[in-house]
Amino acid sequence: MSEAAPHLSVDSATGIDVTLPIAGAGARSYAFVVDWHIRLVLGLAWYGAAALLYNYVREGAVSLAPPVTNEARWFGAVLVPALVLYFLYHPLLELILRGSTPGKRLAGVRVVGRDGGVPGAGPLLVRNVFRLIDSLPLAYGLGLMLVALTREHVRCGDMAAGTLLVYETASPGLALAPASTAGSLDVATAELVAELLARWPRLTVPARAALARALLRRCGRLADSLAPLDDEALRRALIEASRAGEAAA
Amino acid sequence: MSAEPRQSALAHALLERAPQWREAEARARRFSQGRSDDPAEAVRVADDYRLLAHDLARARALMPRSRTREYLESTYARVHATLNHGGWRLGAALRRVFRDDLPASVRWLAPYLVWSTLLFLLAALAGYALVDRFPELIALFASPDLIASVESGKLWTEGLLNIVPSSVLSVQILANNIVVSLFAYCSGFLFGLGTLYILGLNGMMLGAIFAFVARHALAGALATFIVAHGCVELSVMCVSGAAGAAVGEALVRPGSEGRVAAFRTVALRSGEVLLACSVLLVGAGLIEGFVSPRPGIPLPVKIAVGVGYWLFMVALLTGRLWPRAAGESPGA
Repeated sequence: MSEAAPHLSVDSATGIDVTLPIAGAGARSYAFVVDWHIRLVLGLAWYGAAALLYNYVREGAVSLAPPVTNEARWFGAVLVPALVLYFLYHPLLELILRGSTPGKRLAGVRVVGRDGGVPGAGPLLVRNVFRLIDSLPLAYGLGLMLVALTREHVRCGDMAAGTLLVYETASPGLALAPASTAGSLDVATAELVAELLARWPRLTVPARAALARALLRRCGRLADSLAPLDDEALRRALIEASRAGEAAA
Repeated sequence: MSAEPRQSALAHALLERAPQWREAEARARRFSQGRSDDPAEAVRVADDYRLLAHDLARARALMPRSRTREYLESTYARVHATLNHGGWRLGAALRRVFRDDLPASVRWLAPYLVWSTLLFLLAALAGYALVDRFPELIALFASPDLIASVESGKLWTEGLLNIVPSSVLSVQILANNIVVSLFAYCSGFLFGLGTLYILGLNGMMLGAIFAFVARHALAGALATFIVAHGCVELSVMCVSGAAGAAVGEALVRPGSEGRVAAFRTVALRSGEVLLACSVLLVGAGLIEGFVSPRPGIPLPVKIAVGVGYWLFMVALLTGRLWPRAAGESPGA
């Protein structure tokens, strides 16, 4: 996060402000696209499964086609639930998941009030009502334009509800730098070493080798003239780099 | 690569507290998700808050561009939210909206409601007078099918259930009404003009159609059709207009707090009223699909349904549906 990035600053009793980085158009769009696909797939899946079942039970036919005449059962069992899944996805999930949706989680963002807390049910519902305006004239044109132009990157619904979209900056599993490295490495490098070691088993051999070499070079522990190290030797070199501070500390 | 010795020692001391930060985060997470209500743990959360504030201040100075600082910012924000905002429960949040916020917002909206109802009635009168004086203008307000049906001496609603089942009709109607109401409200974003236009147009349409059916001696039949669902449906239209007008006024005359802040305050208050009205429109749609078009239901029953549902609406909007326990204060 750069220092110039917009953020929500909330006063606290300790005198140290709570600072939440505000998400921009990119993170918003990413979250929306993911959510849009989820609700589309959910709606279509319900329609497909219910239509197949309905037609099979009623006529013994395997078909997705709607009946020729208006049939209440078709409407109630097939069409309405599919439309509810599609159109009420955002308000219902934001209420249940406290200002979040699967798409927002994936994008690492969540909805908060001006006080930094989870907004109440009213604001969450109001920000969704205003999707009617934000989606004009098409493809959230007005909403995106407002997000791009406003200082806090808010669409009309957020202005109305007093909400903001902020980044969830850290996860509980985040690899922090061990204290012992503080004497030998700068904190940012130590964090990268710790994170690379934590992710080591999940990375492919070429990828982790390239990252390890770059990091060791940054620590001054890999001279270009030396013979290339194999995978295990690179891992050991990283561990040694992270432990080097213990002697110094 | 090494930092200055003093800075390094401070960073070293700070990073040694990482296990405490993780414990603090886990504790705050348990509390915010309602998985712990141990008083001793609550005290520890308060201690965590001070510890994190202290460490965050140091991290901002010592390692401003590090993930450690970002982690501390996030954990501090979580503990702050846990201590200051309490648990978030969906049921309690919805109850607060309907029991406390909604009646207060309706009281605040009352002057706008008077004006929007007046505008709607005037528009209906104007529509009535216009079509009564110039019947050919009905083509501006009604579809050719509707006109042909009335001119042949039948309401377009007759035999409706032979074409569309009640449930289908209900869903089509309620979806349309909700979209129109919400759109009338949201159009207040256009400095109130969109709302006034939608309110006026709907009022004129109602008056014009009544004038047209009255010329063919079908006004009584139309009133019989409308009475069961119309009381709430038309009231909600006026409430939508009131809410949209309030939003428009906040943008036109924001006062000292600024346009965006005024818009936020007003849209949030009036939006809650609109959401309750949307729920009411679901009921109105069901009545319009299942009760209104059935000729077998006698008029007194339709009137009772219409008035009864309207009284329910009034009770919901004024908070009388959820009486408070003795000694309970508003907002508690």
